[in-house]
Amino acid sequence: MSLPSRPRRSNGAGFVHPLSSEITPRAAYEGRRDLLKLMAGGAAGAALATFAGREAFAQATGPHKLALLPGAKSAVPGAQTMEKLTDYKDASSYNNYYEFGVDKGDPVKNAGTLKTRPWTVEVEGLVKKPGKYGIEDLLKLSAQEERIYRLRCVEGWSMVIPWVGYSLAELIKKVEPQGNAKFVEFVTLADPKTMPFVGSRVLDWPYTEGLRMDEAMHPLTLLAFGMYGEVLPNQNGAPVRLVVPWKYGFKSAKSIVKIRFVEKEPSTAWNKAAAQEYGFYSNVNPAVDHPRWSQATERRIGDGGGLFAKRRKTEMFNGYEAQVGQLYAGMDLKKNF
Amino acid sequence: MNKLLMHPATKPVVFLLCLLPFARLAYGAFTDGLGANPAEFLIRATGDWTLRFLCIVLAVTPLRVITKLNALARFRRMLGLFAYFYVVLHLLCYSWFDQGFEWGEIAKDIAKRPFILVGFSAFVLLTPLAATSFNRAIKAMGAKRWQLLHRLVYVIAGLGLLHFFWMRAGKNNFAEVFVYAAIIGVLLAWRVWNFARKRQAQPAVAARSSEKPVRTG
Repeated sequence: MSLPSRPRRSNGAGFVHPLSSEITPRAAYEGRRDLLKLMAGGAAGAALATFAGREAFAQATGPHKLALLPGAKSAVPGAQTMEKLTDYKDASSYNNYYEFGVDKGDPVKNAGTLKTRPWTVEVEGLVKKPGKYGIEDLLKLSAQEERIYRLRCVEGWSMVIPWVGYSLAELIKKVEPQGNAKFVEFVTLADPKTMPFVGSRVLDWPYTEGLRMDEAMHPLTLLAFGMYGEVLPNQNGAPVRLVVPWKYGFKSAKSIVKIRFVEKEPSTAWNKAAAQEYGFYSNVNPAVDHPRWSQATERRIGDGGGLFAKRRKTEMFNGYEAQVGQLYAGMDLKKNF
Repeated sequence: MNKLLMHPATKPVVFLLCLLPFARLAYGAFTDGLGANPAEFLIRATGDWTLRFLCIVLAVTPLRVITKLNALARFRRMLGLFAYFYVVLHLLCYSWFDQGFEWGEIAKDIAKRPFILVGFSAFVLLTPLAATSFNRAIKAMGAKRWQLLHRLVYVIAGLGLLHFFWMRAGKNNFAEVFVYAAIIGVLLAWRVWNFARKRQAQPAVAARSSEKPVRTG
């Protein structure tokens, strides 16, 4: 396999990303890993080789033993960034999910208690077809797609994650919002029995988030059920979460139990906690600093160079400006941060 | 106990104990054992250890007076210098991993972000204390002035605490801040109480000594 010495870049769908040929497909790198294992085994003897092969086989069916949830490659413009994926290990162990603890390592330790079956999502408010949707029905509501999105946290770190799900618009179309529905509010689970930190006063539980209707209808706005070809791990918001790739990570409500269509801008959990720091829109914007730190750069988790990797420049709308810029035409984004 | 603390081996032992956090961080950094965001881990851990050493060094005098283990005073300077060691590492990690040693950006950051400014001030104030930690400095400065300078540590501890509080403020995540605040608060309150107690015990002495000049005059 030969890599181009200087990566050429394509300019498809309005933002710069490497050519898909530069990306090692999952099958190829897993195959490579298997090969290494077999080689190591071969050197040590036939018995070991069989053992290594068996382990490799187990890995191919899913590195973390969660149910598989494959998605077809998405055709939505901007849905397939070609950057290097964040390791599954990092994406599933470095999480903000305050219901399970305020340290990034807490959710992976504590979220095992979360029960994701049975699970229903209530759709209510200004819709013609309100109702309760079982998770099994939601999973089948539209074809599952794989979307490889950048994720930029307001804290200044970022990842590249292959999510599995479909556009939230698919669900919205099914429930037929009324004409006066201007916003969508998301309410997430707040179960003190399974979520040890729901008793804390860090946030006003349950965690709520919201989008304007046109943002919610944007094809990039993803109702996600999985990542890395498997169902979501609990700490990443199982069984169903939102992913809004041009906004800071906290806009993406996890473990959603209610979707409400409303006329007025809903209040959101972080905005209630610190209005001057977390606005309603929360669009990734390198020109609008957080009151206590710059948003001009970000640290990509697992970037080559590890500890000594330089921070990279943060892009407007997290690099999705071509797709979503028009949603904010004429708005003062310093005021509507 | 006092005898044990006076043993010549205790100082090297304490020194090695103080180096343990550093050894753990260094080992983690070289073995990829600091989690998904090692830079953040190092910055936070060195900050934590600075605060911890400030608490430890502030605890020496109250402990010495309460337990009458005067030998504890032998370790105070070393513990203070370790607070400085960890704050230097903290600043170094921030300058390196967060700012890539871009001095212009660092200067802008300090000017712009109050919590960085407060943390940086604490570091700046701690520097003369570290620089005058050797015996000859005490002689050169005079014990009184030296002591006055080193009382800055109370201000430094407050600034360190404010820096930590401000860092956590946006996320209302104050549990740890309160723990440090309680410890530092108790240690400083003890000093105020101790000072008042001494003053109460002293007026008689002071009055008598002030009578003398009157008589001779």
